[in-house]
Parts: sequence; structure tokens; C-alpha cells
Amino acid sequence: MVQARPQSTVEAAVRPIRKRPRPLPWPLSLYQAYVGKKWVMAITGVIGLVFIAGHMFGNLKLYMGAEEINHYAEGLRTVAYPLVPEKFLLWVMRVGLIVAFVLHVHAAYSIWSHNRKARPTSYASKRDYIAADWASRTMLWTGPIILLFIGFHLADLTWGVNAVNPDFVHGEVYDNVVFSLSRWPVATIYVVANLALGIHIYHGAWSLFQSLGVNNPQINQGRRIFAALFALAIVAGNISFPLAVMLGIVE
Amino acid sequence: MVTLDSNIPEGPVDEKWANHQFHMRLVNPANKRRFTVIVVGTGLAGASAAATLAELGYNVKAFTFHDSPRRAHSIAAQGGINAAKNYQNDGDSAQRLFYDTVKGGDFRSREANVYRLAQLSVNIIDQCVAQGVPFAREYSGLLENRSFGGVQVSRTFYARGQTGQQLLLGAYSALMRQVALGAVELHPRTEMLDLVVEDGRAVGIITRDLITGEVASHAGHAVILATGGYGNVYYLSTNAKKSNTTAIWRAHKRGALFANPCYTQIHPTCIPAGDEFQSKLTLMSESLRNDGRIWVPKDQNDTRPAHQIPEEDRDYYLERRYPSYGNLVPRDVASRAAKREVDEGRGVGPKKNGVYLDFTDAINRLGRDVIEERYGNLFEMYERITGDDPYEMPMRIYPAIHYTMGGLWVDYNLQSNIAGLFVGGEANFSDHGANRLGASALMQGLADGYFVLPATVGDYLAGQLGKPLTSTDSECFQSARASVEEQTRRFLAIGGTRSPDDFHRELGKIVWDHIGMERDAAGLEHAISEIRALREEYYRDLRVLGTGDTLNDSLEKAFRVADFFELAELMARDALHREESCGGHFRVEHQTPDGEAARDDEHFSYVGAWEWNGPDAPQTLHKEELTFENVHLATRSYA
Amino acid sequence: MKFTLKVWRQEGPTAKGRFETYEAPNISEEMSFLEVLDVVNESLIREGKEPVHFDHDCREGICGSCGMMINGQAHGPQRGTATCQLHMRKFDDGATIVVEPWRAASFPIVRDLVVNRSAFDRIIEAGGFVSVNTGSAPEANMLPVPKQVADAAMDAAQCIGCGACVAACPNGAAQLFTSAKLQHLNLLPQGQSERWQRTESMVETMEEYFGTCTNHGECETACPKNISIDFIAYMNRDYIKAKTVNRKLSGQGLG
Repeated sequence: MVQARPQSTVEAAVRPIRKRPRPLPWPLSLYQAYVGKKWVMAITGVIGLVFIAGHMFGNLKLYMGAEEINHYAEGLRTVAYPLVPEKFLLWVMRVGLIVAFVLHVHAAYSIWSHNRKARPTSYASKRDYIAADWASRTMLWTGPIILLFIGFHLADLTWGVNAVNPDFVHGEVYDNVVFSLSRWPVATIYVVANLALGIHIYHGAWSLFQSLGVNNPQINQGRRIFAALFALAIVAGNISFPLAVMLGIVE
Repeated sequence: MVTLDSNIPEGPVDEKWANHQFHMRLVNPANKRRFTVIVVGTGLAGASAAATLAELGYNVKAFTFHDSPRRAHSIAAQGGINAAKNYQNDGDSAQRLFYDTVKGGDFRSREANVYRLAQLSVNIIDQCVAQGVPFAREYSGLLENRSFGGVQVSRTFYARGQTGQQLLLGAYSALMRQVALGAVELHPRTEMLDLVVEDGRAVGIITRDLITGEVASHAGHAVILATGGYGNVYYLSTNAKKSNTTAIWRAHKRGALFANPCYTQIHPTCIPAGDEFQSKLTLMSESLRNDGRIWVPKDQNDTRPAHQIPEEDRDYYLERRYPSYGNLVPRDVASRAAKREVDEGRGVGPKKNGVYLDFTDAINRLGRDVIEERYGNLFEMYERITGDDPYEMPMRIYPAIHYTMGGLWVDYNLQSNIAGLFVGGEANFSDHGANRLGASALMQGLADGYFVLPATVGDYLAGQLGKPLTSTDSECFQSARASVEEQTRRFLAIGGTRSPDDFHRELGKIVWDHIGMERDAAGLEHAISEIRALREEYYRDLRVLGTGDTLNDSLEKAFRVADFFELAELMARDALHREESCGGHFRVEHQTPDGEAARDDEHFSYVGAWEWNGPDAPQTLHKEELTFENVHLATRSYA
Repeated sequence: MKFTLKVWRQEGPTAKGRFETYEAPNISEEMSFLEVLDVVNESLIREGKEPVHFDHDCREGICGSCGMMINGQAHGPQRGTATCQLHMRKFDDGATIVVEPWRAASFPIVRDLVVNRSAFDRIIEAGGFVSVNTGSAPEANMLPVPKQVADAAMDAAQCIGCGACVAACPNGAAQLFTSAKLQHLNLLPQGQSERWQRTESMVETMEEYFGTCTNHGECETACPKNISIDFIAYMNRDYIKAKTVNRKLSGQGLG
């Protein structure tokens, strides 16, 4: 802790960009620091990755026909029923996802606004980046794109908002998907959004190891490969649905 | 009238420091905080002294012209730090380190100081390890040692090729801890421009804030100068660009004696200047000479690339002249031999200003891998600077100035002849005599800062109890401040045509040519008149643009170069009066038939300390006779 | 060789800056980048113009004084090299070279290319030390340090504090500097007593002055000492642990 003491002109010329917050009780105190926020982003990112992977694999049932996927969708509502009420675990997952999602977005926003303060004047000349790749520098673009897309996707295929998907019928998962994706603007939105998601994952799935401090010479090489393969699998799986519908493979 | 009392304690040499510590007066903890100590310079000696004094409870004000204390030039020391730990069980002891240092210094140092240095060396290692300095380790986890130039034991502790950096960062961290505690008031980017003396006592300093130009007064009960050496008087040296003599020179002009200014050390393996705009020289570790062979072409007009010159057209001149020591002759001998080859036109490289250091034989004998393991980082550095690959092309090397043994005269307590003015590290003259051994500079800086100064300054302060700080409004401060302001105005008003660097480069050439590796009476006389003429031109034709109230690089340099002029003249005078050759001081007139330094113990076994008499009168010489009770004076021989 | 230099000039911290173009003819490829600036400055002085201010000192890549953005890269195009050791043979003859100061809120420009990096000192004073007073140290070999640990600590400790990591980071974050300083001591046995306190204090001080890491990795490529971003991962781990362990140490822990 720096105490009040006489400052030289050199020291006095540098003012903090952030006031140190008054400590909250543990574990909230973790979230007060940006290192902690990054940690939370990584944890919530892992939750998101697990969900995204599960979502994508589940949806592959689309290729097994209407009955299979409709049955699967119905099954999600009755996990562990009658031990727990119907849709109970679905809602647990949903709430978990919503909390993770809100934390992820809040942390991202807060880091973004802090980092803007850290460099109020940008370089006047053109930067020549070496390591910072396109994915890492566009997280703040791919993130909001995904955010908007999720809203659209929920309106389209979960809530069936009339303005988005007029042909929506509750429970008819297969038909809803085919109806929606056979519209080319919608298919385009799905393709673009999933490319953004892939780019986001390509950086995020590597970056989370650093933020969590999972660093070991024996696995460090593998982290980049893992992130790339993960992103590739998600993009390939998810983009295949609109393409399959548009190309008439799934009808 | 100045009297030189070295204040060496009574008793046998190995008990002097312990006895002295016991007899020193102490300041009780409650009284320590009544005292303010000014520390100028935050290198190894300055940072360690400031931190330790603050730990003891004194108020410390620390000053550095760098933006952070961590940038002081101690950081550039590569090789290591000596300590008589005898971890290698090879017969080392404080006694042996003492003897090696006195002998290495060519018997021109004070025995009692050197013995204390050797004794304290072991405590330094303990302290640094506890601070977390990552010294090299054996697989056992214990500290590793290596051998270093000219001694027969392995006593050098090191942290890769960055020992100075790691030791300085240790001292810097200790200092910053005290800054955080409010015990040290740190003034970065602040340069000391005058010492304030009242009734023969140092009572403060005048500084210039390098960013705002503000000239300020700082009062202290004692002043410690730890501002490094003056190697930059040569312009081209291995010193950092901003290293300067200003602090100690201003103290000299306020009455402190300047001792042995002519003792300067040349390092034989530096990278030669690439072009006329070369701004500094880079040192390559001396260890390269263990495996490299030094040669030049026999024919001075030979323009073939090195590898096309056949064996019979090469002159391995060190192996030829010194068959038993060969390429491993001491620094000064190797340096002078290289100078002779280059002076006679056999230099190599585009500017014919170097000699080859060839690893072809070693690579053939040991394999490239072994060489890479031993010297890989040095080869890489060489390639970065010169663009030549030393695995393919021999290195080109040439000697350069890298350390100055002379400095302000101090007694056993590291106190100058001005009461309350203490001097530590390279800035004083104390421990290395006429030549410093490798890996001893770091040792001395830290011994002074961690252990000697905190004790001896306390002893002095005990006698000052009850004396208030001198008011910075008093006459002595006001006049000193006025003179600094006046000098600032003067530099800005000259309005000439040449930049400070331009003058500095020319001065450096005079000093290098005549007060460099070899000196002779005619050259020294000539140098004095050239320096004077150039100095006169300096005050007539200097161009410092801008104002005094912003960061102004040229103005900073103008102050420093002005002091180098006066120092250079004193160096010449000192070299001229010392009619012998010893250590780093080689007078052509005084050499043995085989070209070795010929010492004259009968007439010159003393410290030559010079007293300032004003800008236009030569300094007065005072002598501190050196007595040797514990070592036998011998002649160095390497044939 | 000849070059055209576009150099950022700014009179003071609050003054408005601009690029000025200077010609540098007759440059030898043996010259370092700073020596080219020396030559430019000499000719500016001859023309009666104030020279370009830039920080520099040792000119052998260890003091960490120098540093500037050269063509959009911190310390210029050569990896693992500080500006003072960058030589002109790394540039194409006739090239235009753009030179700009480090930019970050906590590196305010002092003048031209000189910036104030004292925020780094604040991070160090927050805990970048082992609290051992002079004289209280035990015998050096009492505490063995495994060679691998000493080597890793040295990898971190060789940071020269030049600020290139902050300059290069798109976020203006000081994670590489802080983590190198922190892990140097956190790895060594000597640093264990204060490990968690130090970690918490240094990280939180860092966040008062600098942006935060989003794992671009740009710092590592700019670092003249090639310090690895692995240390950032270790710091992140230590920080999360510190927040728990510090409570335990003060008697509030759960476990």
C-alpha cells in the first residue's frame, strides 16, 4: 500500500487511472480486480463452450430425421423426471447459462472500458502487430455480434416470436428449423454469426488457459491446437445446418 | 591547509574493522529520525546505502538523474562479484582476496581498506541471496562459482551475464521498499549540480530538476556521493552515455581532494568503433580470450578477408611475444599490444581499428557445440552489433576504457577531507589502487553501501546531535544556487555554433590519444595545452538551444562536458607527475626492457590527491603515503 | 544508406504533438538506431533547431532507458532487441521510418520521445522485494535453490523495465512487466513468506495504473529480453490463490 508521502515531480505527473475499490467480502473481492474478472470470464467461457458443444452435438440429430430431434428436444425437458419436476433441470441449466452469460458480458464490458482509459491517446502511426492476431483483436466485435445473434436465435427458434419466425409451432423442432433456415437472409445470418462465434472461440478457448493460469510446458503447445480444433468443429457443425437446409439435404 | 589523515584504526589488519566498529559512536533509534542524509546516485553503492540508512531509521533523500533508480550504470556489469566464501574448497580466504586485490592494484591501494573489503565480501553474498538475487546454482541447489581473470581460485558469483543487473535490482528493491515506507524521499530525474559547504562541513546540495529546470536546495546532516566513475571523459567508453563526473567534480571544486585521476582501466576485448558517429563502445566478456587466438595480418596492406589469409601471413603477436602466457596476458598488456599493431597500420576491419580474435582453432578442436555453450550469448551480441557471424568470421576487437580507479579522496571511513561528505563506489578512489581486478567493482560498491557507509555515517552523525539542518535560505545555499543558475544562463547565452557532443567527441579524442593506454611527458604536456584551448573555445562557441525550464538534453550535456574539461586537465597533470608506470597508468618512459610497467615504489608509493585552486590555477598535490605491512611489494611479471 | 525519419515532436506533456520529417543521408549500416537520431540531432542543432529528445543511457540493451515505436513496433523490427541495439542494416536503404513515443495513460509524454515510466516504480514499491534488512541475512548456502528454479527466476528477473510490453499491448496493460517482477520472487524460496501479500498488492497497484490483459501476446514479441507470457499465467493463478490464502493467513479462511 502506497502511503501519503512527498512526491517528486516525476511521480506526481502520473495519476492512477483507477481508484482501488474498497474490498468486498470474499468471493466478491475476486471480481473487483481485472485479473479476477478475466478469471470469471474464463470460467464462464468454459461454461459457454460446454453448452455450445452440447448444443451443436444435439442438433446433429437433425440429420437423423424429424422424429429423432423432436424426441431429443422433448427429452431435454424431462431429464431426471419424475425425480425432479419436469423442466427443472432445464431451468437450472438455463439459469446457470444466463448468469454465466451476464457475467461474461459484464466482465468484458468492464475490461473494455478500463482498457480504454489505459490508452486514451492511440498511436498516430500505423501499428504493426506480430502476435496479436485478428481473432484476439476482434473479440470486441465478435462478442456483440454473438450477443445480437443469440437474441435473434432465441426469438427465432425458442420463443417463436411472430415477427421473426411466423411459421413457428411449439414442439415441432424439425419443421421450425427447416422453415426458418430455408429463408436465405436467415441462413446468411446463421452462417455469419457462427463464423464470428468460431473466431471468438479460436481466441477464447486458448485465452482461458492463460487467464486461469493453466500453464505447463507439457500442454502449452496443445492449447492453441485445442482452441483451433474446437472452433473448427463448432463452426463446421453449426454452419452445416443452414447449408444443409439451403442445399435441400434436410427438408 | 588540507591535511590527509587516513584514520586507519589501530590493531592487526584483520581486526581493524571489528575494533573500529566497536569504538564508533552510535545514534540511538529515537535520535536517528532527527537526521537527514542525502544520497546522490542510486547505483549499487547509492541504492544500498540509501536503503540501509533508511532501515536504520535515518531520513534519507535519494537523488538520481535517471527516470528510475534501477537504471544506474551498475546494471551493465556482466561478469560477476567476488567473495571469499571458499565454497569451492580451493584455498580461498579473506586474506587471499585481500592479497590478490592489493597485488592486482599494483600496490597502490590502502591495505586496511582492501582487507575490510575482503572481509565484507562474504556478507554481501548472504545479503543478496536473501533479497532474492538469482545467482547461478549447481544442481545441488548450492551457489556456483567461476574463476575470473588473473587469480587462481574460483570465487566469482554470477547471474548469467547480467550480474550487475541482478545485484542492482536487489538494491533497488530494498530502496523502493523504504520509499514505500516513507523513509526515503526519492528524487528521480534530478541532477546534483553543486555541493554546499559551511564551515568545512557538507550541509547540502543544489540540484536541477531535469524536467522543470527548477534549481533547488536540499539540506542534510551528511552527504553521500555515489555517482560512479568518470570514464566518459574519453567520450567513447563502455560507460553509459550519461555517466559523468559532475557530482564529484563539483565537490572537488568545493574543496574535496581528487585522488589518482590518472588511474583508468582499459578493457582489451571491446567491439571496435564502427564509424565516426559511434556513440559508445560495447564490452565483450574477457573470458573469450580463453579460447580465441588473437592475430593480425603480417602485411599492413593485406585486404583479403580473414579466412583467405593463410597461416604464414598471420601474426599471432601475443603468442609470439609472450610465449608462456600467450593470449591470456593481463588486460593492460593485451591492450597495449593491440594498440601497437593498429598504430603500425596492421589493424583489421573497414576502419583498420581492431585485431582479430579467432575461434576457428577452438571450433575445430572442441566442436561448434562446445563453443556455442560457452560463448553463445556473446557471439549473438557480437553479431547483433556488427552483422558478422563469429562462427564464420573472426571477431574484431579493440581495447576501450571501462573503469576509473581514481576518484574523490576518502579516509578509512569513506569520508572525504570535507567533514560530512562521504563517497562510495567507483566515485571514490579507495580500494583498487592503480588497477581493478575483474568482478571487484560490484563487490566494492555493495560493501560500501550496505556495510561501511551506514556504520561510518552513523559515527559522524553521532557527533552532530543537536545541530539543526542548515537553512536553505542561508548564505551558503543561496550563493551555491545562484552560481548554478548563473552557469545555466551562461550556457544558454553563449550562442555559438558547436553542440556539447561535438566538443565532447573532440575532447575525448585528445584524452584517448594522450592520456589513454600509453602516456608520455610530451604527449601529456601537449594534451594540457590542447584541452585548455578547446575549453576556451567551448565557452566561446558552444550552442545550447532551448530554455532552462524544460527537459533540455543539450543543457544537461553542457554542464557535464564543462566538468570533463577540467577533469581531463587534472588527469594529464596527475599522469605527468607520476613518473612511473603502474597498473592502468603506463608511462612510455618507464618500462622494463620487455615492455612491462616499471613501478617506482621508492618515490611513488603514495596516493596523489589534488586540491582545487580555482579555474585558472593548477591544483596542489597532497600525498598520502602508502605503507605495506601485510604484503610484500613485488613486480608483476607475465613472461 | 539514407533514410527519411518521421519523428513525433511534442514540446511538453500537454502540448499538441506532430510528426516532423527529417532526412538522414550518409548513414552507415554499422550505426545503431539511436546513433542515427544522434546524427539527426547534430544537424538539427546546426540548423538552429532543438534536437529530438529521447531516453537512452547504457546503449547495450540492459538499462532499459531507451524505447520507442519504430514503424508501429515497440523497439522496432528485430525481435529480442532494445532500440539501442537495433542496427540500420535491419532496414532497407531509402526507407521511411516512423518513430513515435510509447503511449499509455500512465506513461505521459515528457517531451518528444521521452515518457514518464515511474508507474513501474509504484508497482515495485507495492511489493517487489523481499523484506530483509541489511545484516539480517542468513548464510547464503543455508537455503538451497534448485537449479531449475533459479534459472526460471532468472528468466523472469532479467526484465529491464523498458515499458515495451505496455507500449506494444493493444490494451496498454503492464502484465508482462508485473508478472516478471512478481514471479522472479514468487518462484524463489526467499520470496515465499511474502508471496501472497506481494501478489495481491502488486497486481492491484498495477491495475490502478495500467490496462488489463486480454491475451494478445503482443508484449512477448516486443520484449527485448524475450520474457514469456507464461509468467502472466502464473501471476493470474497466484492472484486467485492469494485472495483466498491471504484471508486464511489473517484467520478468516474457511479451510
